[in-house]
Amino acid sequence: MNNRTVEIGVGLFVALGIAALFMLAMQVSNLGTFVSADDSYLLEAGFENIGGLKVRSPVTVSGVRVGRVAAIDYDDEAFEAVVTLRIKSSYDGFPEDTSASIFTAGLLGEQYIALEPGGSMDNLADGDRLQLTQSALVMEQIIGQFLYSTSAAKSGE
Amino acid sequence: MLDVLQNLGRVTLGFFQRLGRGHLFLLQIFATIPGVLLRPRLVLTQLYAVGVLTLLIILVSGLFVGMVMGLQGYNTLVDFGAEDSLGVMVALSLVRELGPVVAALLFAGRAGSALTAEIGLMKATEQLSGMEMMAVDPIQRVVAPRFLAAFISLPLLAVIFSAIGVYGGYFVGVDLLGVDDGAFWAQMQDKVDLRGDVYNGVIKSVVFGFVAGWIALFEGYDAVPTAAGVSRATTRTVVHTSLAVLGLDFVLTALMFGE
Amino acid sequence: MTEPVVQIRGLQFAHGERMIFDGIDLDIAPGRVTAIMGPSGTGKTTLLKLIGGQLRPLSGSIRVYGEEVTQLSRKGLYQLRKCMGMLFQSGALLTDINVFENVAYPMREHTRLPKALIRDLVLMKLQAVGLRGASTLMPSELSGGMARRVALARAIALDPSMVMYDEPFTGQDPISMGILVKLIRELNDALGMTSIVVSHDVRETAAIADYIYLLSQGKVIEHGKPEALRDSSLEWSRQFLEGRPDGPAAFHYPAPDFRDDLLRGGQSK
Repeated sequence: MNNRTVEIGVGLFVALGIAALFMLAMQVSNLGTFVSADDSYLLEAGFENIGGLKVRSPVTVSGVRVGRVAAIDYDDEAFEAVVTLRIKSSYDGFPEDTSASIFTAGLLGEQYIALEPGGSMDNLADGDRLQLTQSALVMEQIIGQFLYSTSAAKSGE
Repeated sequence: MLDVLQNLGRVTLGFFQRLGRGHLFLLQIFATIPGVLLRPRLVLTQLYAVGVLTLLIILVSGLFVGMVMGLQGYNTLVDFGAEDSLGVMVALSLVRELGPVVAALLFAGRAGSALTAEIGLMKATEQLSGMEMMAVDPIQRVVAPRFLAAFISLPLLAVIFSAIGVYGGYFVGVDLLGVDDGAFWAQMQDKVDLRGDVYNGVIKSVVFGFVAGWIALFEGYDAVPTAAGVSRATTRTVVHTSLAVLGLDFVLTALMFGE
Repeated sequence: MTEPVVQIRGLQFAHGERMIFDGIDLDIAPGRVTAIMGPSGTGKTTLLKLIGGQLRPLSGSIRVYGEEVTQLSRKGLYQLRKCMGMLFQSGALLTDINVFENVAYPMREHTRLPKALIRDLVLMKLQAVGLRGASTLMPSELSGGMARRVALARAIALDPSMVMYDEPFTGQDPISMGILVKLIRELNDALGMTSIVVSHDVRETAAIADYIYLLSQGKVIEHGKPEALRDSSLEWSRQFLEGRPDGPAAFHYPAPDFRDDLLRGGQSK
């Protein structure tokens, strides 16, 4: 067999393999949308209940993704969950009284944090804490409340 | 009754003997690898035989597997109105399971059997003996380069399989069935994790490459040097590699994704 | 007498349950052609593999150039093999490279000679076996006789001081056989090598051998110069050398009485 053919063949093969790995990394996986620590800042928010929120869950404003959940902790003094958000530095103009809510995408979809900008003149900076938060809706609680209110209504008749 | 016990004992002993020989063989390969690395041309030639010549079947199969996944996935997901998740489904199945596993199975059939037959015939025609008598170590000159080639090729083949499969799914899902282009990629990028999914898939295929190369070469080297012996060894290569790959896949999956 | 190149004492070797050598003593004198003869299945090839260190004996000693082959490390063994050439029955040419590369192979593996010199050496070796013109052919394109001559050229590529021939004449037409006989004798004399020829082709072997060992059933039956063996007092040696079908070595493989076997009819076993 010709040496040239072998070399060209192997060269193409390896190049194709690397290209495929690159494609999987950039196009298929989340590396392309990853928010690196360099061009981002952190915010904190306390929630009574985070439901099914996970690390890496999206953070959106008006439906536009601006960052991800970086960490979830439990504060055993305030008895609440503390969620750290990593926001892209290009979105750095959020007012101080911005509120954070945990929503569910679709009926059974994953949970994400939606930010809603307030009207304050001062902007949030790295490490600041969001004051206004709304916990996740837990399905069991909603159903429980619904049952309770209907039965209360019936007995009240 | 005694006969049965005797046979059982013999089979068991034979099994352990082969197992031991296989591992000693592996150690011999390891011992010669530094010497092989000084002569990369040997590996290069084998990369061609083992990797490049397997490329076509990997490309074609990857494409079709991806297309079938696109079609089947769409039919299932559309009932839940979740056809936007087609990309996630195709990509996750390919990257985590189908890429490494199917590539390894195809590799066993295309390259592994060829390796076994080649080494077995070299043994049957006394070429390996001849090398030994020329003071050339056949493990170093013949076996180790092929082992390295298999070890390097399979991960590359598996990634290529996954990548082309994703495009196959894209073609059927987006171009033919009308899934939204943006949703296909966006959902995929959202759910497929580089470390958790892509890297783990590559690690799997590295393990499979190691095992596929080892089994193929050992079966060839250990073959009974006759026509029937080599043909039996070739069959064993394909069967054992497939079983080993599927079994290991379960273990690796449990380790990686079991949490 | 000078120190023998190969000295075997009390060699025992078994293949599974079957005893192949049961106490063999053998000396190979330097610069001579020594033939080891015996019926097929006596393990003549095995003996060559034992000398080359590819197999290990049950017991006994094999000294080659004063080195105890049975005790040598892998490294020492490979070192020793560099001064041995071996011609395999099948030729054992590497089938994926051509004639030239086959002969060049041991040189490339063991020497750092410049390319041009290797080329000259290979052509010299091929010229010696009369196949310089075939240097670009692949092994599959060679006839059996040519393949064996190429293998011979390869066996002497590193100018070994000792060459072992495994059944060099088997399955050859009379002309190739004549060529091989001539080559073995000439190479031995011209290069001052020691040759060991394993064969059961009596006529050809007797024509070139200086000394013959007759092996049968794991023992050395007799040894001596060819002329001496021809007038041997042992019935077996004369039978083998003259090629008579029956004699002390029975025509029949050991079996139960023929008439009994036939009469038992279908009830056997």
